[in-house]
Amino acid sequence: VSAFATPALRLRERDWRAVVGHCLDGLPDEACGLFAGPVRADGMPDGTVAAVYLTANADRSAKTYTVEGKDMLRALRDADDRGLELIGVFHSHTHTDAYPSPTDVRQAPDPNWIYAIVSLRDGDPVIRAYRIVDGNIAEVPVVLDS
Amino acid sequence: LRSHVDGAPSVEAEGDTVGAVLAALTDRYPGLKGQIVTHDGNLHKFVNVYKNDDDVRYLGQLETAVADGDEIVVIPAVAGGS
Repeated sequence: VSAFATPALRLRERDWRAVVGHCLDGLPDEACGLFAGPVRADGMPDGTVAAVYLTANADRSAKTYTVEGKDMLRALRDADDRGLELIGVFHSHTHTDAYPSPTDVRQAPDPNWIYAIVSLRDGDPVIRAYRIVDGNIAEVPVVLDS
Repeated sequence: LRSHVDGAPSVEAEGDTVGAVLAALTDRYPGLKGQIVTHDGNLHKFVNVYKNDDDVRYLGQLETAVADGDEIVVIPAVAGGS
């Protein structure tokens, strides 16, 4: 795990509330969105989320998600304009834990990205975050900033 | 994908179609081989390609015509499932 340890994912409280709202709005389907933030010289995000993009789930499915391409393009351009990079993605698990599924691991394209999962399984939404490198999963701490 | 083009956010390439532009790019950056266009010559399932913000899947796929100055954007699809 320490081989690819990452600074914590730092999310502002209001962004966290927006993420939760988006995940609840998306029910019964999975919801998804993108994080943008600064990237260090070595290409790794420093973990700060400076912008959150709430995107459509092109799959419109309770079991899978695909970030709507047009939404991703918009997010990419906005992040570029602000000198940020896309650093990760979140999606909801409606009935399972906040842990990457085999599908999540198989389809994780970027070893530098942070993959966050919001579980709606229990009453209160739970967010956990991971990096996924060559099929290996390492948890990244999540810090909510006020 | 940027790591396959020396980290550049954008590069220039020539071609009359999206497919020709991508082929020219792959010739120059062999690391892209199989990443955007599959070995049987189709657009990779996990990649989205846009011409001036329009998804080429809804235009003419790899046969989509390209004019001087058109911008082609290639982004990996972001997907998963529970």
